[in-house]
Amino acid sequence: MTALASAKAKTSGTRNRKPTTAGSSRRRSLRKRGLEPWLYLAPAFIVLIALLGYPIFQLINVSLYDYRQAQVSGKAPLQFTGLENYQKLVADPEFWSVLGNTVLFAGACVVLTLLVGTSLAVLATRLRPWVRTALFVVSLGAWATPAVTGSAVWLFLFDPTLGLVNKVLVSVGLTQFNGYSWTYDKWSAFGLVASEVVWCSFPFVLVTVYAGIQAISTEVIEAARLDGASMPRIARSIMLPMLRPIVIVVTIQSIIWNFKIFSQIYIMTNGGGIAGQNLVLNVYGYQQAFAASLYGLGSALGVIMTALLMIITLVYLRILKRTGEAL
Amino acid sequence: MEDPLKIASSAAAFALAALALTACAPPTSNNAASSSDDKSGTIRVWLFSEVNQDPKSAVVKAAVSDFEASHSGAKVDVQYIPVDSRAERFKAAFNDPSSAPDVAEFGNTDLANYVASGGLSDMTADIKGWDESKDLDGKILATTDIGGKNYGVPWFVGVRALYYRTDLLKAAGLEVPKTLADVETVARAVRAANPDTLGISVGGAAQFSAMPYLWANGGSIATKKGDTFVSGLDSTESKDGISAYARLLKDDICPPQTCAEFGGNASVQQFIAGKSAMTIGGDFNYKAVAASAVKDKFAVVPVPGKTAGSIAPAFAGGNNLGVFNSSKHHTLAADFVKLLASKKYQQKMFDSMGNLPTFSDVQKTVADSNPQVAPFIKTLAAGTNFVPVTETWSTIDAQGIFTGMYQKIVTGKADVNTASADAAKAMNKVFGSK
Repeated sequence: MTALASAKAKTSGTRNRKPTTAGSSRRRSLRKRGLEPWLYLAPAFIVLIALLGYPIFQLINVSLYDYRQAQVSGKAPLQFTGLENYQKLVADPEFWSVLGNTVLFAGACVVLTLLVGTSLAVLATRLRPWVRTALFVVSLGAWATPAVTGSAVWLFLFDPTLGLVNKVLVSVGLTQFNGYSWTYDKWSAFGLVASEVVWCSFPFVLVTVYAGIQAISTEVIEAARLDGASMPRIARSIMLPMLRPIVIVVTIQSIIWNFKIFSQIYIMTNGGGIAGQNLVLNVYGYQQAFAASLYGLGSALGVIMTALLMIITLVYLRILKRTGEAL
Repeated sequence: MEDPLKIASSAAAFALAALALTACAPPTSNNAASSSDDKSGTIRVWLFSEVNQDPKSAVVKAAVSDFEASHSGAKVDVQYIPVDSRAERFKAAFNDPSSAPDVAEFGNTDLANYVASGGLSDMTADIKGWDESKDLDGKILATTDIGGKNYGVPWFVGVRALYYRTDLLKAAGLEVPKTLADVETVARAVRAANPDTLGISVGGAAQFSAMPYLWANGGSIATKKGDTFVSGLDSTESKDGISAYARLLKDDICPPQTCAEFGGNASVQQFIAGKSAMTIGGDFNYKAVAASAVKDKFAVVPVPGKTAGSIAPAFAGGNNLGVFNSSKHHTLAADFVKLLASKKYQQKMFDSMGNLPTFSDVQKTVADSNPQVAPFIKTLAAGTNFVPVTETWSTIDAQGIFTGMYQKIVTGKADVNTASADAAKAMNKVFGSK
């Protein structure tokens, strides 16, 4: 409680009436303060509403209209269609298969990114300083590479005829990779894109988790060791719980990023793969809606995606809360 | 969330949002046609930038000084915009008329969509009153026609023909294909003789290579019925054409592993790289092929039709020049269009850029003096075809319905009957959603 608040509480007189129950009096004084905390929060709220609230409002708004290029440029009348855009999407079997693709693909990317990033972070704590520096420089390079450039380079490496990967595979005797197209099969194409995604997003996990491990004070570990705890035990019972907040943040970030993958799929599978087999929600939304100037439909997709991500994040936080401490 | 104040305030916020939701519609721009028609001032022109920009700039510069000399008080401000970002540029111009140009170059497949957005001005009267217009290729002019009104002047046209390797065909003892069926047999035979070479490089996503097969077999993408279009992809003739093209994307000609993803450009690149014996390429690809390693070993003929001596109808690609609806100088702008698209400047564009003219007589002149364009002009003369002129085509195109059909067939995900029926259904849904 701030000094100001307690001063107010004193003048309110509630304290004198019920001096024994300090808790209830505090609650009452909080209610009295009413507007004050909101005033403090106002600047943040204004920024949030301008940067987040308004776009989301427009997104929802547009999704309720028949809103195409003709309507935007004033050639055709604007029509409120309610939930028609959503109904169209839900009735489209392709939407469901794309949604399935997205969940599987994003899920795999999240798990792989976390595994690779965390194991390398643990490894980094055991490395000599110069090896560690080299590891960091290399992974920061991958991190710093723009998604478009990274995708193009990976595609180049996996080119059926000119790519280095196929050449190496053939030279070690795997002749079936002569002219092998990595993007022809649905799952091999997804695998290729997923490896690129993991390649450019594991450094974030590596750096964050490494910083987290470094922040665990050595006294705690030493104390555990003195109590006779084994290394795996220390990792499980000391380090992991202490890393928990960081792992939570990193996981949520990964889920959101990987759900929203666009560039990698768009570039590496040439806009969604053969006959659209590699479409994920974001690319699907772009192709079905924005490239085709069906903004209403595209916005409906955007709303669904935002809602999905919020639900996933909430459920995840909820589960964590149930199993232990909150973030 | 247990604080009642919090609940009350979020409820209030929600109510406010709901109120706002019902109260205000998403923004629309008031893109009414301009009512003024100033006879002087600056007209702004958007043309596409080219990889090799100088020749185009030179011709346009000459046209601009010609125009300014004959129209006192008029100035022309030319801007070159990248083709790749044209969609965003044009949409922005339609949404904000004050930033729109007066004249623009645009692809003929984009026209219907631009007209539906209210962006282009009716040029029927301008074309009617223009003495040169009687020589415009009728089939090409028809691509600018929506509801009996022309919304642009065809500036140049692009068609595709059959490129083949003279050396490979000769070594295998094969004749130049005379029918579409020949193309398939020759392609198979030449690959049998040269296992590392594609018989003909075509692509699952190369829609303009697939269209001649469809049309030569009597099929159609869609036909106009009343106010809307109805897909003809599931007709027997169409299915014949689709199967004939899909048969090329087989292991013994152009393996789907390699070719299913190819677009038109990628399939021509295979030919340029010497990796295929034949391809369906455009007149605009000629320069690149003639500068490649196969430059002395190739020839071009029109894509043959079903019977010997016939030519398969080609897709008439190309660009138009048009006037924006929001232009405050319609007459002046239309005058500039008519100058830049005139016979004189089309001839100049051909000389410096190789762009095929849209006037039948100019086509003949250039074909007579330039044997390399003869197969393309012959293709044009035999009659071309086009995609359905409706703004919904851009949706169908963006959603990949047409190419997706071929890719499903060649990858074995669906047979011709199912894929064509699905594509027809999907197309009809888009046509109907207009």
